[in-house]
Amino acid sequence: MQLEPRKPAVVRDQVLPLKSDADVVQARQAVRRAAEELKFNLVEQTKIVTAASELARNTLLHGRGGTMKVEFVADLSRRGLRLTFEDRGPGIADISRALQDGFSTADGLGLGLPGARRLMSEFDIQSKLGEGTRVTVVRWKP
Amino acid sequence: MDRIPILRMGECLLVTIQVDMHDQLALALQDDLTSAITKQRTRAVLIDISALVMVDSFIGRMLANISAMSKILDAETVVVGMQPAVAITLVELGLQLPGVRTALNVDQGMKLLRRALRAT
Ligand SMILES: Nc1ncnc2c1ncn2[C@@H]1O[C@H](COP(=O)(O)OP(=O)(O)O)[C@@H](O)[C@H]1O
Ligand SMILES: [Mg+2]
Repeated sequence: MQLEPRKPAVVRDQVLPLKSDADVVQARQAVRRAAEELKFNLVEQTKIVTAASELARNTLLHGRGGTMKVEFVADLSRRGLRLTFEDRGPGIADISRALQDGFSTADGLGLGLPGARRLMSEFDIQSKLGEGTRVTVVRWKP
Repeated sequence: MDRIPILRMGECLLVTIQVDMHDQLALALQDDLTSAITKQRTRAVLIDISALVMVDSFIGRMLANISAMSKILDAETVVVGMQPAVAITLVELGLQLPGVRTALNVDQGMKLLRRALRAT
């Protein structure tokens, strides 16, 4: 197996639906199990699960449902957990505003996106109006 | 739909959150507690979250709402037992829980409530 430093290899993956409140709970639990398996410590696990909960709820509420992919990734020197939240909802008009603390179009606290960004090592958001949104986060094991 | 039980202990309402709550369950608890405070004329609410392994912005907001609501109804709410990992994560998430009284454990929480009740 060839490992490029910039592009981590996917060791294992799992895709879960996000179509209901119960799915969000299932998603949190799947992420917790994965983080435990990767031997993240308790604080790290809690951060990852909290970020996942925020992003899963966004996919459900703002994106009208979608999926979460959980991947064990590895590059030459480290292992990590990558989570991808994807929907075919309305998309985000102004991504930089959506990333600001306190910004919400839905009477939320507006902490989900900026908070998840702080809680994870890497954060990427792709969104197109009318097409959908994909948020990808990674937490590397220190 | 299932509900989180609200117990009565003397003058106090006691809620122990033991499940990973989905959002509707959290909202139901908020409503149930508000009506329980009114119906039972309680002046003190203790919410034990020591079994909660995660508090995100939705659950955080629920705790803040319950605290605010109980104040309007002339009751005090104390949230007890937040795990250190949860507290650390909340700070990084950016959630300060304004108006939410916290205590280390149920004993400390009860002491705080008794003091608050005596003061009024
Ligand atoms: N998957 C998504 N699809 C469409 N819009 C989204 C999505 N995720 C986030 N947003 C937009 O970004 C805003 C900020 O999200 P967030 O920080 O989680 O706050 P909140 O969910 O409390 O509104 C949302 O109010 C919404 O407008
Ligand atoms: Mg959100």
